[in-house]
Amino acid sequence: MTFGITRVDLEVGDSTRAAFGEALAAAGADERVVVVDGDVNNSTYTNKFKAKYPERFFNAGIAESNLVGIAAGLAASGKIPVVASFSTFLLSNAFDQIRMSVAFPNQNVKLVGTHAGISIGEDGPSQMAIEDVAQACAFPGMTVIVPADAPSAQAATQAMIEREGPTFLRCGRPNVPVVYPNGPELHVGRANTLREGDDITLVANGIMVAMALDAAQALADDGIEARVLDFHTVKPIDSETLEQAAVETKGIVVAEEHMAYGGLGATVAMALAERHPTKMAFVNVGDTYATSGKPDEILAQYGLTPDAILDAARRTLKG
Amino acid sequence: MPQARAEERDKLEELTRRIRRDIVVATTAAGSGHPSSSLSMVELCTSLFFGGVLRYDPANPQDPDRDRFILSKGHAAPGLYSVLAEAGYFPTENLQTLRKIGSPLEGHPNMNRLPGVEASTGSLGQGLSIGVGHALAARLDGRDSRVYVIVGDGESGEGQLWEAVMYAGNHGLDNLTCIVDHNGYQQTGAVADIQPLDPLTQKYEAFGWAAREIDGHSLDEVTDAFDWVRGIEGRPQAIIARTVKGKGVSLLEADPGNWHGKPIPPEEEAKALEEIGAPA
Ligand SMILES: Cc1ncc(C[n+]2csc(CCOP(=O)(O)OP(=O)(O)O)c2C)c(N)n1
Ligand SMILES: [Mg+2]
Repeated sequence: MTFGITRVDLEVGDSTRAAFGEALAAAGADERVVVVDGDVNNSTYTNKFKAKYPERFFNAGIAESNLVGIAAGLAASGKIPVVASFSTFLLSNAFDQIRMSVAFPNQNVKLVGTHAGISIGEDGPSQMAIEDVAQACAFPGMTVIVPADAPSAQAATQAMIEREGPTFLRCGRPNVPVVYPNGPELHVGRANTLREGDDITLVANGIMVAMALDAAQALADDGIEARVLDFHTVKPIDSETLEQAAVETKGIVVAEEHMAYGGLGATVAMALAERHPTKMAFVNVGDTYATSGKPDEILAQYGLTPDAILDAARRTLKG
Repeated sequence: MPQARAEERDKLEELTRRIRRDIVVATTAAGSGHPSSSLSMVELCTSLFFGGVLRYDPANPQDPDRDRFILSKGHAAPGLYSVLAEAGYFPTENLQTLRKIGSPLEGHPNMNRLPGVEASTGSLGQGLSIGVGHALAARLDGRDSRVYVIVGDGESGEGQLWEAVMYAGNHGLDNLTCIVDHNGYQQTGAVADIQPLDPLTQKYEAFGWAAREIDGHSLDEVTDAFDWVRGIEGRPQAIIARTVKGKGVSLLEADPGNWHGKPIPPEEEAKALEEIGAPA
């Protein structure tokens, strides 16, 4: 996979789901950590935890609502349960259970959705979570993290387990370019500035971060300096960094592997609208479901490419 | 066995070989997909579509009087597509476009893109409820349409399935048949190790269904079961079909716990087709 990246040299690393699985197995040193699986541990890579700590691993079968309820009970008894499944099955199938048993009682349950976005490719739209960020953000008190690459997914997994409170971590299927070869400083709720620039700001998360870096290079070739911000945390949103970008640059482009409503774009726009409204443009899947195909083909067909970010930036600057 | 029936069975057997071949060839060409999940339901689908059970007309796929077939375990789409091609909904060559961009033969069935697909499935656990809806509509409209739903045994861990089972039993939906493709395996291992289901026949019976267990690869038993369901009044019917995941291909049959969702490697394809008895 190339993700349409041609102008910057990023090595392709592990998938964020593999990095999560690795970090989860390491986090198992804490005996409070338990894992609840829905017959997909070889897809989510919680099988790495299972191999190390079989007594703290529960495969409850294909029954996402039940998984979440079980996790809520484990949390209430002092465990740190991590529930992992395909993001769309976890969020959509168990929405009410997450609401009633996790979010409302503020239980310390960690929800991990893998195979998020359209970059899963051939399996097609029934397996593609494109509403999951909106769903997760809709729960009061839920922290929502979308890591850009394998090192960030690892750091996010650690942070998620160390912090108290309900959290949703969104991971993807394909191997993705490494944005942080030396590992990120990842502070939940604080965006990372990957590139300085005062002309325009590119805000992104997940696989769109690498694409934003690529678009920024193309802009630089035209003499336009783009600031690139990795918004790994969608909620709570880092308003301070956004407000600074709104004041210091001429506009903001938000790119995410999600449908148009309720995700990072909407959250960023809302954070700025009251005090620092600025020109904005949005790169996302739109208001549609995708189809089956090779990941790169699907990303291109639904407009998730560095060039789409580049076009959005030029549009924004032109005014 | 009467001669006519023996001939009929030979015809169906030949079809099962072709359908198995198409499943293997399409998924190997696609480089992904779920052949083993498709292969376990071949006799069930063949008898339904070509044994005079399901009433359908590819020339008029929206005919309100048609019977409905819903593949709740949507990942077995290659099996469904091979059957639909054989039934005449689209040319068999189109199977080569499986999972490719632009093709209506998506990784999981999409009812808005492919005629013959009655429900968009792929998130497990939902098909039987949709079947209940069709059965209720037929009852309301006074149509004698029947509804057949295939569910997986791993899929049967979903709570929604049992909500639908309870509803159909309580409402005596005798135009509804649930066929459980009881192949003993789900994605990460054996059903008996993850969330055991048996005794399944008794479970359905306890919910007010007529239920019967059969060998899901015996065309005779499958055909008998479909005769049986159409004679039952006042209760929905469950056919618990004991099947083998990956049936017909020794590579898959030998280790069903590890072949879920994996196509047969190109270098193993010829041998698989030979075993199936339908060279490409
Ligand atoms: C709601 C939901 N959870 C998880 C999955 C992932 N998944 C796809 S197939 C499968 C196993 C299905 O097993 P079974 O129902 O026994 O079908 P078989 O392949 O054995 O016919 C799983 C867990 C899914 N598609 N939907
Ligand atoms: Mg099964």
